[in-house]
Amino acid sequence: MHGPGSLACGHARDGGALKMTPELIAQLIVIGFTFFMLLNSAAVLVYMERKVAAVIQQRYGPYLVGPKGALQPLADIIKLIFKEELRPKSADAFLFYLAPIVSATAAFAAFAVVPWGADTDFSTLARLLFLDRIFGFTGLEHPIRLAAADVNVGLLVIFSITAMGVYGIVLAGWSSNSKYSLLGALRASAQMISYEISYGLSFAAVIMLAGSLSLATIVDQQAGYWFGFIPKWYIFIQPVGFFIFLTAGVAETNRAPFDFPEAEQELVAGYHTEYSSMSFAMFFLAEYVNMVTVSAVATDLFLGGWHGPFPLPDGFGWVWFLAKIFVLLFFYIWMRWTLPRYRYDQLMEFGWKWLLPAAVLNLLVSAYIALRVGW
Amino acid sequence: MDALLFWILAAVTVASAVLVIGQRNPMRSVLLLIVMFMALAGLYVTLGSPFAAVVQIIIYAGAIMVLFLFVVMLLNVPTEETPIGRQARLLGGVGPRRFGALLSAALALELFWALGRLGAVAMPAGDTPETTVKAIGLRLFRDYAFAFEATSVLILVAMVGAVILARKEPQP
Repeated sequence: MHGPGSLACGHARDGGALKMTPELIAQLIVIGFTFFMLLNSAAVLVYMERKVAAVIQQRYGPYLVGPKGALQPLADIIKLIFKEELRPKSADAFLFYLAPIVSATAAFAAFAVVPWGADTDFSTLARLLFLDRIFGFTGLEHPIRLAAADVNVGLLVIFSITAMGVYGIVLAGWSSNSKYSLLGALRASAQMISYEISYGLSFAAVIMLAGSLSLATIVDQQAGYWFGFIPKWYIFIQPVGFFIFLTAGVAETNRAPFDFPEAEQELVAGYHTEYSSMSFAMFFLAEYVNMVTVSAVATDLFLGGWHGPFPLPDGFGWVWFLAKIFVLLFFYIWMRWTLPRYRYDQLMEFGWKWLLPAAVLNLLVSAYIALRVGW
Repeated sequence: MDALLFWILAAVTVASAVLVIGQRNPMRSVLLLIVMFMALAGLYVTLGSPFAAVVQIIIYAGAIMVLFLFVVMLLNVPTEETPIGRQARLLGGVGPRRFGALLSAALALELFWALGRLGAVAMPAGDTPETTVKAIGLRLFRDYAFAFEATSVLILVAMVGAVILARKEPQP
């Protein structure tokens, strides 16, 4: 576990023994905060989705619970918790209950390596809160990476964990022992295989430009401006890559217009037809967290992460990050309520005959330019 | 700490690998195989090669096993059909069974031989293999470029062969 390729996270590990240093505590707070934000993002997104859908369809949307219906997600969660947990008699009980857990775990784990802010110095904050006087906190001078885990091959880790997410869906579909669920699971696995290659190739081009697999390094490569006002984001030199990433990302998260595993008009509810109560809620949660993860990775890879069009004071870069994620998530929802679902053969044709060749071509051209011309 | 991690991961690897062939339900076999791949990836991490670990998960657990699952679900066989009864003797079975037993015996012998040699030959000191992505890439595409390309061609041949085998009506 040593050397440049090690997976060691934080600075708290010395000699294998864990000591409760202020740095470690700060890191733990960052991890907890990330988890908390991620959990709540699902609730916020549900509300946002319903409101945006309502505006697009000229309705009011939720408006009874709380001001402008803002507490509707809370009511939804309470309803889901108190519903009866049902299981089909012929279902494989162990796999049936394992499936939502796999889905939700993969969704949360993938976000762990996504950095959402520049390395931040918490010593000022500690002084402001009188932590140094009360607890004798010192040693916070070292800046802390704003991510749950700081991994060197972060991008590959995200890629591998999102690939694990499909098992939740496949298991759910298979173990339910229902034809609609099985069809949904089959579609999910076929769709996953088809779009994952384009997904990987689109960010391989960015890896080549940045020369690193670490998301934090990739973001820092995008600091600065061309001609003093155009931010050096990779979207400007990789527009095709960004398009491919976003398209494949929507397909990976099974959102409309690629929501074939659910396809409520054809498959009842697809892979989660037989699920109810909290098991269903876990799938729901996983879908929204996956959306957040794809948006966050897109922000880090193509939109400059926490570097904005104009600089904010030190330690406030995450505001840019949140703003960009918000825009991408809005785009997600906007697309869902605007575009109809494709046909299944169209999905396959688009994935294999258009998106994959475009991704390969994009990679080759980027490789040539990176090698011969340089940016 | 590292030794404990090694033993846990090694135990999980071996146990799930044995259970893969012990299962009669193909779906569970596939899932256990995924568990095995994950534990193996964990072993790679303890050996200080996170790249190999992540690639292991992406390729085997992520891509290949999804295909396996796809096929298993498409065929939808609940349990493996057994042509010979459970009470058949281990080595006295029919042709394929006897051949399989022979093959696994040979493999076990080979494994013991390899393990015995590993104990005898000391690992060269100070020669820690480079595990960064760059180092692996340089090794793969410079030193072992021929082997790499040869493997690619082999896989391509296998793919073409599979397509020809799977085609329903052979062209005249």
